[in-house]
Amino acid sequence: MADIYAYITHTAGVADDSALELVAASKKIDANAAVTAIVAGSGADVDKVADAVAASYAKVLKFNLDALAYPNAEVVRKLLVNVLPADAIVLVSNDTFGMDLGPGLSIKLDSTFVADVVGIEGVDGTVLKVIRQEYSGMVSTHVTADITNGAVINLRPGAFAPDESQSAGGSVEDRSGDAGDLTVKRIFLEVVEAEVGDVDITKSDVLVSVGRGIEDEENIEVAQELADAMGAVVSCSRPIVDAKWLEKSRQVGTSGQTVKPKVYMACGISGSFQHMGGIKGAPFIVAINKNVKAPIFQVADVGIEADILDFLPELTDAIKES
Amino acid sequence: MEILVCVKRVPDTAENEIEVNRDGSDIERDDLVYSVNEWDNYAVEEAILIRDKVGGSVTVITVGDDESEEVLRREMAMGADNGLLLCDDAFEGSDGKGVASLLKAAVDKGKYDLILTGAQADGGAAEVGGMLAAMLDYPYASLVNKIEVDGDKLKVGREIEGGNQEMNEIQLPCVLSIQTGINEPRYVGIRGIRKVASVDIPQHGAADLGVDAATLGAAGARVKRLDYFVPEMGEGAEMLEGSTEEIVAKLIELLKSKGGLK
Repeated sequence: MADIYAYITHTAGVADDSALELVAASKKIDANAAVTAIVAGSGADVDKVADAVAASYAKVLKFNLDALAYPNAEVVRKLLVNVLPADAIVLVSNDTFGMDLGPGLSIKLDSTFVADVVGIEGVDGTVLKVIRQEYSGMVSTHVTADITNGAVINLRPGAFAPDESQSAGGSVEDRSGDAGDLTVKRIFLEVVEAEVGDVDITKSDVLVSVGRGIEDEENIEVAQELADAMGAVVSCSRPIVDAKWLEKSRQVGTSGQTVKPKVYMACGISGSFQHMGGIKGAPFIVAINKNVKAPIFQVADVGIEADILDFLPELTDAIKES
Repeated sequence: MEILVCVKRVPDTAENEIEVNRDGSDIERDDLVYSVNEWDNYAVEEAILIRDKVGGSVTVITVGDDESEEVLRREMAMGADNGLLLCDDAFEGSDGKGVASLLKAAVDKGKYDLILTGAQADGGAAEVGGMLAAMLDYPYASLVNKIEVDGDKLKVGREIEGGNQEMNEIQLPCVLSIQTGINEPRYVGIRGIRKVASVDIPQHGAADLGVDAATLGAAGARVKRLDYFVPEMGEGAEMLEGSTEEIVAKLIELLKSKGGLK
């Protein structure tokens, strides 16, 4: 099989959690693979990241260049096309960077793109078999990919348990000189930090979180009343923010806030992986949803099949009385 | 600015429960309500807003069957100027790369400054926009939640982790994938649909696009879906049963023991 490479994302000199998830995924493709990590950036941070991941990868290729000071996907794609063999198997975390990088990279390498993989069944000859999800996680699929000409495989963050064995003991090679032309037509300007709202949902032990099931802006009040009775704070899933019914600072999920409550009341929330990705610390999750097939019931501790517009007021009244 | 927006007709997950059929070969298609992919609606709205500000036209395009024409018509009722349907039996079973190569062929036949797609669709792959950009050798940005036109450049914001926004300057022509929440897509009434009911929507097949049928469809796909299934996800939630009163009483006990109620 062709060589396996893993692209390592990092912030402030620390590799992303996905660095070890990619190790675990690579072993499912080839248990004996000597996987090469690629670390790109500029300055001392890159050296730190490269040295740190060397424990988990057989080899680390380091690219330390001013042009990579903010390694946006356009620059990184160019770098990888310049330095990787055409039949490489490239592992990328399917975060907002990986989604920017992966599809185009596969075209430039003329290899096969395998999107948002949640499980790897193995390789038979030149056919990779994986598990994906469709329809916001409501159904799963087995997918085969012909990787004769290599592949770019985007792996869902959190889907693979990190490999913490640190058993590779690899070496770091500075390959900055091989980076080639990195001129691109998209230039990074700045990161605009999320606005801080009037309520900090990350500080609350109890969250009453609403999703599409709330149906209308006026009904947010129903959740607010329950939250008031419980001494909790109202948070929400993405569609509520898209509809502008609540401010962005109340959104739980990978594209919103990461919360660590003791109790999480998921009210009319289907439970997409992007939403669940924002809930840490294993809280007690109560799911209330009229759709018994909603994925939230697979991850919740307690489930109630009900229309939240009927159920929440009943619960609020009972709490007030008790 | 000449803008092309790539859209897709998909089962509406807000209106349907998606279930696997008996032999796992497909989802249950009977009685499914279809609509335009949610992300695409935001992309079309954004295209219309840009056109209204700087002039030009908006063309909506899809790869699909005759029924997909309704989706194009809906987006034209929103305000898109033209529709274009890529339709051929040979296209059936195409993977993401196949779809991107069809769109590429259509782009080559026109002249567009800006190409928008939804950030993702029903398959959740979020792949066609990035592939199309690479095939065209245009710059690309995904998950875009802000666009400002600045001459032959755009200032675009990308939604990244933690609710933060990555601002970029990108040269035209380019391809952007649009994230939900970038705008508030306008409502389309029945009268709007009627207005465009008789507008001619051109159809292009493999021969019109000059694409090699052998590389298309299921035969040309390197990525293939084998089946659909519902995964076993451990134990799942303990479902509370009984009358509403009983469920409420049980839930309050549980909340008290878990620190959810004082």
